[in-house]
Amino acid sequence: MSVIAARSFALPRIRQPSVLPGFGLTMGFTLFYMTLLLLIPLAGLLLAATRMSFSEFWVKGIADPRVLAAYRLSFGASLLAATLNAIFGFIVAWVLVRYRFPGKRLIDAIVDLPFALPTAVSGIALTTLYARTGWIGQWFDIFGIRIAYTWIGIVIALTLIGLPFVVRTLQPALEDLEKELEEASACLGATRWRTFTRVIFPSVLPALLTGFALALARALGEYGSVIFIAGNMPHRTEIAPLLVVVRLENHDDHGAIAISIVLLAAAFVMLLSINLLQWWSRRYQH
Amino acid sequence: MSNPSTSSSTARAAPINPSAAESPWVRWVLIAIALGFISLVLLLPLALVFRYAFGEGLGVYLAAIRDADTVAAIRLTLITAAIVVPLNTVFGVMAAWAIAKFEFRGKSLLITILDMPFAISPVVVGMIFVLLFGARGWLGPTLSQWGIQIIFTPIAIVIVVAFGTMPFVVRELVSLMQAQGSEEELAALTLGASGFQTFRRITLPNIKWGLIYGVILCNARAMGEFGSVYVVSGRIRGETDTMPLHIEALYNDYLLTASFAVASLLAMLAIVTLVVKSIVEWKIARDQAIATGDDPGD
Amino acid sequence: MSIQVRNISKTFGSFKALEDVSLQVNSGELIALLGPSGSGKTTLLRIIAGLEQADPGGGGIRFHDEDVGQRHVSARGVGFVFQHYALFRHMSVFENIAFGLRVKPRRHRPSRAAIREKVLALLALVQLDGLARRYPHQLSGGQRQRVALARALAVEPKVLLLDEPFGALDAKVRQELRAWLRRLHDELHITSVFVTHDQDEALEVADRVVVMNRGRIEQAGTPDEVFHHPGNEFVLKFLGQVNRFHGRIEQGRPVVGTLALDAQAMENRREGEPVEIFVRPFDFELIGAGDQRPSLPARIQRVQSAGPVVRLELTGPSNEPVRVELPHPEAERLDLTVGREVRLALRRSRVFTEDYSI
Repeated sequence: MSVIAARSFALPRIRQPSVLPGFGLTMGFTLFYMTLLLLIPLAGLLLAATRMSFSEFWVKGIADPRVLAAYRLSFGASLLAATLNAIFGFIVAWVLVRYRFPGKRLIDAIVDLPFALPTAVSGIALTTLYARTGWIGQWFDIFGIRIAYTWIGIVIALTLIGLPFVVRTLQPALEDLEKELEEASACLGATRWRTFTRVIFPSVLPALLTGFALALARALGEYGSVIFIAGNMPHRTEIAPLLVVVRLENHDDHGAIAISIVLLAAAFVMLLSINLLQWWSRRYQH
Repeated sequence: MSNPSTSSSTARAAPINPSAAESPWVRWVLIAIALGFISLVLLLPLALVFRYAFGEGLGVYLAAIRDADTVAAIRLTLITAAIVVPLNTVFGVMAAWAIAKFEFRGKSLLITILDMPFAISPVVVGMIFVLLFGARGWLGPTLSQWGIQIIFTPIAIVIVVAFGTMPFVVRELVSLMQAQGSEEELAALTLGASGFQTFRRITLPNIKWGLIYGVILCNARAMGEFGSVYVVSGRIRGETDTMPLHIEALYNDYLLTASFAVASLLAMLAIVTLVVKSIVEWKIARDQAIATGDDPGD
Repeated sequence: MSIQVRNISKTFGSFKALEDVSLQVNSGELIALLGPSGSGKTTLLRIIAGLEQADPGGGGIRFHDEDVGQRHVSARGVGFVFQHYALFRHMSVFENIAFGLRVKPRRHRPSRAAIREKVLALLALVQLDGLARRYPHQLSGGQRQRVALARALAVEPKVLLLDEPFGALDAKVRQELRAWLRRLHDELHITSVFVTHDQDEALEVADRVVVMNRGRIEQAGTPDEVFHHPGNEFVLKFLGQVNRFHGRIEQGRPVVGTLALDAQAMENRREGEPVEIFVRPFDFELIGAGDQRPSLPARIQRVQSAGPVVRLELTGPSNEPVRVELPHPEAERLDLTVGREVRLALRRSRVFTEDYSI
C-alpha cells in the first residue's frame, strides 16, 4: 500500500485519489489501444498532409472545380438533410415523449434502425424504393420528378442516417422539461402556441442544435448509403467522400489527402461546436 | 460527439394535462406526420429489403445465400466480427472503468477523442490505413520486404472495422456506470473484497444489460461496416469481400434478388439488435426504478 | 479497539474539508460526529474507514496501537454502513450479508454451513428473520438499513462506522431505529462512530458527541457536557434554539438594557465594549409585577400551546424577537394573551468572550 501512497506523492494532480483499484491497468490499456488504433494513424495522416505544399493542397483540395462541386453537393445536401431531420425529428421526438398512440413502442424502437442497419443495405433499399420504377419513385415520375440518381436522393439517404441523432438527443431534453413550466405559462394566460415558442422551444433548443450538428457531421462523411442512390456523376452527383475514393483509385494520394483534410476539419468543427453547445446548454445549471 | 445512449431514450408518456396540452386535432396531425415520415424513410426501405429478397420464392433466396462467394463473404464477416467484437469489448470495459470510476485530468479530451470514429468519414479511415500500409505507404514497402501484406487482406479489414466500432461498448457502459455510481463497489471493498472480486461480483452484474447491448450493437456495426472496408479490402470476390461489399457487388451486377437476399441477413441482424435494445432499455429502466424507487413499505 | 486520529487534514482542490483534526475514540464507545453539511464529518468518517486518503504530512490513524493510515480499505477491517446503504441490488438479503465472508481468501473462508449459520444469526440479531431471500428493492428503508448493518457486522469488524445511518428514513422509523441501535451497541460493544446532522439523534444515542464545523472539531464531550456546557457560540447555537441579545460591558459585567448579568470572566473586557448574550428558550422565567428580580421587558406576539411545552414569541426591549418555552403548568398560572407586556427573568445566560470562528 505504501506504493500507492508514494505514487500519489509523485503525481499529485493527475487524478483525484480514489480507493477503487485498477486505474493504472484500465487507463494504460485504454491509452495503448487508442494510440495504436487511432492516434498513430491520425498523426500519420497529418504528417502526410504537412509534406504537401500549400499550393498543392489548394489546387487539389479546394480550387479544383470537380472538388468544389463535390463540396457544394456534400455540404448542401447534408445541411438540407440535417434541417429536415431537425424539423421531422422534433415532431417524432415530441410525439414519442408526449402522446400515447398505437404502435408507439415500435416507432420508438425503429428510430434506431439507421444505427443498426448497414449502410449498404439502406443504400440499395432506398435506391430501389425511389428509382423511377420503385414503390415511391413511380409516383413522382408521373410528375417528371426524379429522386434516385439526383441530389434529392442524396438528401433522402442522408436524412435516413441522421434521424436517430436528432430524435435521441431531443427525447431526454423533452422528458426533463418540467411540466410545471408549461402549466405556469398557461396560468399566466399564454396560449399553447405561445407557450411552445417562448417556453418549450428555447429550453430544448440546445439539444435540438446538438442533434442537428451530430446529424450534419455524420452526413458529411457518409458513404455507403449514398453512393447507390447518388448517380456519382462528376460535377453533378458526386459527393466528397466518393471523390476521396476516386482519387485513391487513380493513385492520386495527395488529392485524396487534401479532400480528407477538408472533411476532417469539418468534422472537427462539428465536434467543437457540439462541445460548445453542451457547455452553453448547461449555463443555467449550477 | 454524444451518441444517444440506451438510458436516454426511455420514452415515458407524460400524463396529458388539459390545461397545458394541445388540442386533439393538433395531436393527431403531429402523430400522422411522425408516422408518415418514419414510414417513408425507415419502414418502407426495411420492408422492401424482405419483399425483394423473398420475391422470387424461398428456393431462389436460399440458392442466393448458398452461392460460394456469398458463403465466403459471410464467413469473412463472421471472422472479422469474432476478432473485433471481443477486442472492442475488452477495450470498452477497461476504458469505461477508467472514465466512469475516476476523476482525472484530460478526461473530457479523452472522451472527445473516443468519439472521433463517429465523426470521421469511413472512407477517410480507409484512406489513412491505405496510406499507412499500402504499396505506396510508409510502412507498406518495409512490411512487404518481410513478406507481410496488410492492405487488400482480411487483416486490413479487421483493423478498419476495429477503428470504426471502437466507441460503441464504451459509450453504452460509461453512461450506465456513471448513473450507478461507485457506492456498491466501495461497500464491497470495505467488506474485504479484492479489486477483481469487486468488478466480477458487483460491477459486472450491474452493467450486464448495457454490456450486452453494447456488444450486440458493436457486432451489428462491425458486420455492416462499408466505406472503410470498401477502401482497404481491394474487393476481391471470394477472398476479401465482406457481406456489405458483396451486396454492392451483386447489386452492381444487377443480381437484385441475390443482393437483397444477403441484405436481408444483415437487416435481420439489425432487427435483432433493435429488439435487444428494447429489452435492455426495459431492464435498465426497471433496475433504476428499483434502485431509486420509493420504499414499498413493511 | 480504540481509534486515534492525529492531526489529519484533507483538501479537495481548494476546499479544506478537514483542518488538523485529532480525535480519540475509546474502545467500545459509541461516538457521534455532529455538524452541519460541509463541516467535514463525513470526510473524517471516510478517512477513518480508508475510503479517502488524508493529506500527506498528518499524524495518521491508529486502531488500538496499529498504524492503519496506509492500509487499503479492504484490509482495514472496518464495518461501514453507507448513507444510502449501498446494498448490492442484484443479490438477495442473504447474499448481501454473506458477501464479506465469501470473498475472504480460501484459507480464511468459513465453510458454506458456517456462512449460512452466521448469516441467519445476524438476520436474527437485526430482527429480519425470514427475509433472507428478499431482494433489496423489496424491503422498506428501515429494513434496508438493518441489512446494511448486518452485512457490515458479518466480517466481525474492529470498528463500526455509520454515515448518516438514519438520514434517509422518515421520522417515525428514525425514532425506533435510534433506540434499537443504542440497544444493539450495548449488546455488542463494538467501537462505533456515526455521522449525523441531527442534534437530537446525537444527544440521544451517543456516549460522546463530537461537534464539527468548517473542518474542525468545536467540542467533544458527553451529551450533557456539550448541551449544558457548550464551549463556544457555535456549539450553543447548533445544539438547539437560542436567543441572542446585544449588550455591553458596564463595570465589568455584561448588561442588556437595564439588566446586569453575573459576570463570567469579563475582567479583560473594556468598559462599554459590545457583547452578545445567549439565552436558551427554556432558561427564561416570566415574573409578576411584585417580583423584584432583575428582568427584561417584553411583549407577547404569539402563543402556541399545542405540544409538550408552551412556546411564546415575544419582542424584547429593542424590538428583537425572543422565543420562550414554558412548561404547561407554569404557563397556565400566567395570563398569556397576545399584546401583554411581561417581564423576563434569566435563569441562565452565556456570554462568549472569544470569537468562535478562530
